[in-house]
Amino acid sequence: MGGLQKKKYERGSATNYITRNKARKKLQLSLPDFRRLCILKGIYPHEPKHKKKVNKGSTAPRTFYLLKDIRFLLHEPIVGKFREYKVFVRKLKKAYGKTEWSSVERLKENKPAYKLDHIIKERYPSFIDALRDIDDALCMCFLFSTFARTGKCHVQTIQLCRRLTVEWMNYVIASRALKKVFISIKGIYYQAEAMGQLITWLVPYQFSHDHPTDVDYRVMATFTEFYTTLLGFINFRLYHSLNLLYPPKVSWTLKQSQMKLSALSASLARVVSTAEEDEAELDQFPVDGEDMANMEAREKEQKQEEAQKKLFEGLKFFLNREVPRESLAFLIRCFGGEVSWDKSVCIGSTYEVKDETITHQIVDRPNIDKQYINRYYIQPQWVYDCVNAKIILPVEDYFLGVTLPPHLSPFVEEKDGDYVPPEKLKIMALQRGEKPAHEQEDEEEEEEEDEEEEEEEEEDDNEEEGDDGEEAEEKNLKKMEEQRSQGKSLSVKVTAGKVKVENPARLEQEEKAEEKRLAIMMMKKKEKYLYDKIMFGKKRKVREANKLAAKRKAHDDAEKSKKKARK
Amino acid sequence: MEESSSSSTRSAAQTHKIKEKEPQKGGKKRTKAEEEEEEELFNFKSKSTEEEEEDEDLSDSEDSIFSGLEDSGSDEDDDDEELSDDGDEEGLDDGELKLEQTQQIGIETKKETEETGETEETEGGRTEKAKQEDEYVHDSSDEEDIRNTVGNVPMEWYRDFPHIGYNLDGKKIYKPIRNKDELDDFLDKMDNPDYWRTVPDKQTGSDVVLSDEQVQLVNRLQRGQFGDANFNEYEPQVEFFSRDVMLHPVTNRPADKRSFIPSLIEKEKVSKLVHAIKMGWIKPRRVEDDSRGRYYDLWANEDSSILARHKMHLPAPKIPLPGHQESYNPPTGVPRALWEQQDPCDRKLPFVPRKFSSLRQVPAFSRFIHERFERCLDLYLCPRQRKMRVNVNPEDLIPKLPKPKDLQPFPTTQSLVYRGHSGLVRSISVSPSGQWLASGSDDGSVRFWEVCSSRCLKTVQVGGAVKSVAWNPNPSVCLLAVALDSVVLILSPSLADRQVVLSSERLLSAPQEADANEGAGPVTWSETEGEELNHGIRLKIQHPKAVQQVSWHAKGDYVASVMPDHSSNLQVLIHQLSRRRSQNPFRKNKGLVQCVSFHPVRPYFFVGTQRSVRIYNLVKQEMTKKLQANSKWISQHGDHVICGSYDCRLSWFDLDLSTKPYKMLRHHKKAVRGVAYHRLYPLFASASDDGTVIVCHGTVYNDLLQNPLIVPVKVLRGHEITHDLGVLDVTFHPTQPWVFSSGADATIRLFT
Repeated sequence: MGGLQKKKYERGSATNYITRNKARKKLQLSLPDFRRLCILKGIYPHEPKHKKKVNKGSTAPRTFYLLKDIRFLLHEPIVGKFREYKVFVRKLKKAYGKTEWSSVERLKENKPAYKLDHIIKERYPSFIDALRDIDDALCMCFLFSTFARTGKCHVQTIQLCRRLTVEWMNYVIASRALKKVFISIKGIYYQAEAMGQLITWLVPYQFSHDHPTDVDYRVMATFTEFYTTLLGFINFRLYHSLNLLYPPKVSWTLKQSQMKLSALSASLARVVSTAEEDEAELDQFPVDGEDMANMEAREKEQKQEEAQKKLFEGLKFFLNREVPRESLAFLIRCFGGEVSWDKSVCIGSTYEVKDETITHQIVDRPNIDKQYINRYYIQPQWVYDCVNAKIILPVEDYFLGVTLPPHLSPFVEEKDGDYVPPEKLKIMALQRGEKPAHEQEDEEEEEEEDEEEEEEEEEDDNEEEGDDGEEAEEKNLKKMEEQRSQGKSLSVKVTAGKVKVENPARLEQEEKAEEKRLAIMMMKKKEKYLYDKIMFGKKRKVREANKLAAKRKAHDDAEKSKKKARK
Repeated sequence: MEESSSSSTRSAAQTHKIKEKEPQKGGKKRTKAEEEEEEELFNFKSKSTEEEEEDEDLSDSEDSIFSGLEDSGSDEDDDDEELSDDGDEEGLDDGELKLEQTQQIGIETKKETEETGETEETEGGRTEKAKQEDEYVHDSSDEEDIRNTVGNVPMEWYRDFPHIGYNLDGKKIYKPIRNKDELDDFLDKMDNPDYWRTVPDKQTGSDVVLSDEQVQLVNRLQRGQFGDANFNEYEPQVEFFSRDVMLHPVTNRPADKRSFIPSLIEKEKVSKLVHAIKMGWIKPRRVEDDSRGRYYDLWANEDSSILARHKMHLPAPKIPLPGHQESYNPPTGVPRALWEQQDPCDRKLPFVPRKFSSLRQVPAFSRFIHERFERCLDLYLCPRQRKMRVNVNPEDLIPKLPKPKDLQPFPTTQSLVYRGHSGLVRSISVSPSGQWLASGSDDGSVRFWEVCSSRCLKTVQVGGAVKSVAWNPNPSVCLLAVALDSVVLILSPSLADRQVVLSSERLLSAPQEADANEGAGPVTWSETEGEELNHGIRLKIQHPKAVQQVSWHAKGDYVASVMPDHSSNLQVLIHQLSRRRSQNPFRKNKGLVQCVSFHPVRPYFFVGTQRSVRIYNLVKQEMTKKLQANSKWISQHGDHVICGSYDCRLSWFDLDLSTKPYKMLRHHKKAVRGVAYHRLYPLFASASDDGTVIVCHGTVYNDLLQNPLIVPVKVLRGHEITHDLGVLDVTFHPTQPWVFSSGADATIRLFT
């Protein structure tokens, strides 16, 4: 036999992967540095298809990186900076140890620093790529901006995060990009559309955090370092896309907690003072048939969007001190409303409570002493629900002391077959322009629907009933036979037979069902498995929807009975 | 002591001056310490009260100036001496005084410096001259009491002498005559108002009454205050060494030599630094790079040259958006208890849904930072994988089969039920004419039914559970083989034309040439008589072991019987009816035989064992094929064989294709109990313990390239499951598309 003996693990997938420790050694980095590098460069481990092959026959649990990724890291200039920093720390320690303060000073002045610009450009070659990946960045920056100076991270980082988030919010206001908002138990979710990308972020409630001990803040800080850089560049680009000056002229010298609000109430300076932004209207192309319908639908949608952007225009809000000011001010300004609050609570208020032109006052307490007659006193949920419904909802359900209607997630899009909460149906009806009917009617409708559902269920049951009928008949026969065999008096009696009404449609249905069942029997094993899985999922969905509906019904019934009892 | 006194000769004159005033005040004996105090007092007095004697005191003050400046050293020496003296003399009450003294000296010098300040201001030039002259004028040993010249010796030494020391003239100073005893002392204490301020002077042995000022002084010192009541402690300090260049230097020492010569050490240091800078070890101060926090249009020139690293890169998946349940005010109530009961891995939601009546009641989410952190970990620690989501319409997965309607005829409905047996019906068989049905049951009877009317024509009690019945497939004879226990019975039910009955009689009463060999074989043939004969039992074939199954050859002359046994090769026997001869076709044991069967047309003999089905060619007397299937029941038709087994499977073999099953059908949920092929129609049926009979249509095309098509056409239900047994046997009608099934519920059913 000619040729060299082939050695194991010298070709194929074993050469494409590298373990974490080997990668670390190849890069000559400590584990924290390696971790930082991976975070900054967006390198993540890979799960090889044949783990044992890659692991050279061993089954020990290991983390694998692609060798290509690690080679790519070798040329990263930041690695050099990491090493420099390590040397710097060593020198500094030495100088401190020798109490050479002058050299400490000198070293500190020459502290190595690195920039992440090139990494961002590399990870996101186009702006849209970057925008697509901004969700996490926003969440993290919003979180860090709520941190107090607890030593968990640098104060500069916190300040930078605050600045960037305020800039982002200002962009959203200026571009009227906000689409959805949702108050969850975790915080408030916002969704905006920038350059055609849906961007969702979560802002925690304004409480001080109790910092958990089992969280590595260094990891978070590294991420934040990257995210702040990314967000800064994105903000720059977005501001310029709106012809706005960046960085916006906001007085950063204000007290940090108040900074956001004051920034929100201030309008931004434009580079070019355009009299009116000319919206790029869709040009009319001569089209026919389906395209026409499509176009019309699109135009309609656009109009709707326009309308949503001006949702609160002409309304004047006043925020009581107990409502989340920042969130509400942001929302109202996003949709063109005017907003103010008490002067003593926070700076940036533009008008007083006494202002007669205020249309809505947002209050989150059971009742209020002094009420003005020409304004609505509503609970904050109204604003959020209006934004999600894209229309001004009737205020009756949101008055003070009233039990609020449930706050639904705008992110859930129900497909047919899913459970749709009745409140959503109501809102959908309102959106369609139907007038809110009396509640009782609604309920009746619901009941009718329920009945229909029940009927359907019955139909399913009927199939089994057919079998039951046969069985019963057989039992009868058996009895007769027994009697006969016992030689008892054969009470020969001719009973009038019943005419069995056969429903041809029903029969056909049954036949089809049977056919299907038989065909399923003939499925291959693999396909059968898949089919069973899919069907299981479908059935579970239906079951869950039914469960929710039943729960709802029980809840409503309980409410009704309570009402009656009260009456 | 001596030297100090000698050195203080000059100063003695000065103190003398003061002492001259002393007798005016007190003139009594005093201790040394008090004297000192007094001295100070007097010193102060001389300043404060005797201002008029200025010209006289001028020199005095001058003296003190320089003593304060230059000779502070010697002054201190004296102080030390004094201190040590004091310690020797009076151990007790000097403790407090020591401190006071030192303080006082400090004050003294200060006072003097003040004065110098004044004098410097007034007469700057003169002081310098005076300093030159009177450098040693001031000597502090003047403070000693000169009346007694013993010096600082302990006074105990003079205890035994009448005198206490010597005066300046060398005369003895005698102790005052102390005739006071305790009583006198006491009286004195009571009477004398000045008793409390009377202090004995150790040096002279006399009592001294302190003046008011002295008492005040003592009080002040005891309180830790300065001795001089008028002294201002908080006067502004006079800076000697200030940054202002004075007209006169503080010292006029000439400059050192080293201040003119360039320093070697410095040179070394500088050269080191120069070298370090040259080598680039010391970098020049970095220019503050403010571009770090500055943003610009990063994507100004979006060139596609910088592509994403490679194709393997996957963008991170986004966090799923929240549903209704995450709302602070969800649409329905929330079962918190259920959530808490579940395991963390079973939970559908990673949080507890909660409901709040208003927004102000919503607290902070305690796991917020945790969740963010976990997301971070996911981003950099989790391998990413592209998961293909199966987006199949489940309807597409169902194979497209021809409609059962198009494949008719096949049995669809249960039309007749044959009742009569009291035990489970193990086996049924249809006569070749299709008119009669024979059934064997566990109740020990074989029944004959008319197919069309479901009437039981005949019941034969055979006296044992019937394992198997088989109707002779030859239409010209009418015989039935019945297997029970270890016997195979040949029945002649005489349910046919006379001619047929006669021909069967003829077959049974054929020449019995085999009788001779009978003894040698394991089987005994015997004819029945009497009662049994009347019932129609014609022959008894006694086997050595329990017979499980019987099967006829198509011509109706041979019948095969199965005695399953692991250990012996005597498992299958073939009996020839016409010659009453039995033979054991296999010499070797090839596994536990489950069933045997003759091919209806070809000279094949099928032996089903637990592992395989062996096909023997009867003409060539050899094995032609071995089908790999675990079989319990076999049925065959043409080139196709179906095998059923207890593991719910039905395998369909094409003998031309392979020894492996062409199709495995897993229609049944429980063990398959029987399989049957229709002689004429492309139908086969399988019976199972789940109480169903499934009829399948097996189309075999003449075109060899087209695969046979197996379509299940009907699931027939009817039998009840009793004791976990459902349908036990199934068989087709020889001409009609009907299927019979016998079940554990003691019925036989006909499906048409």
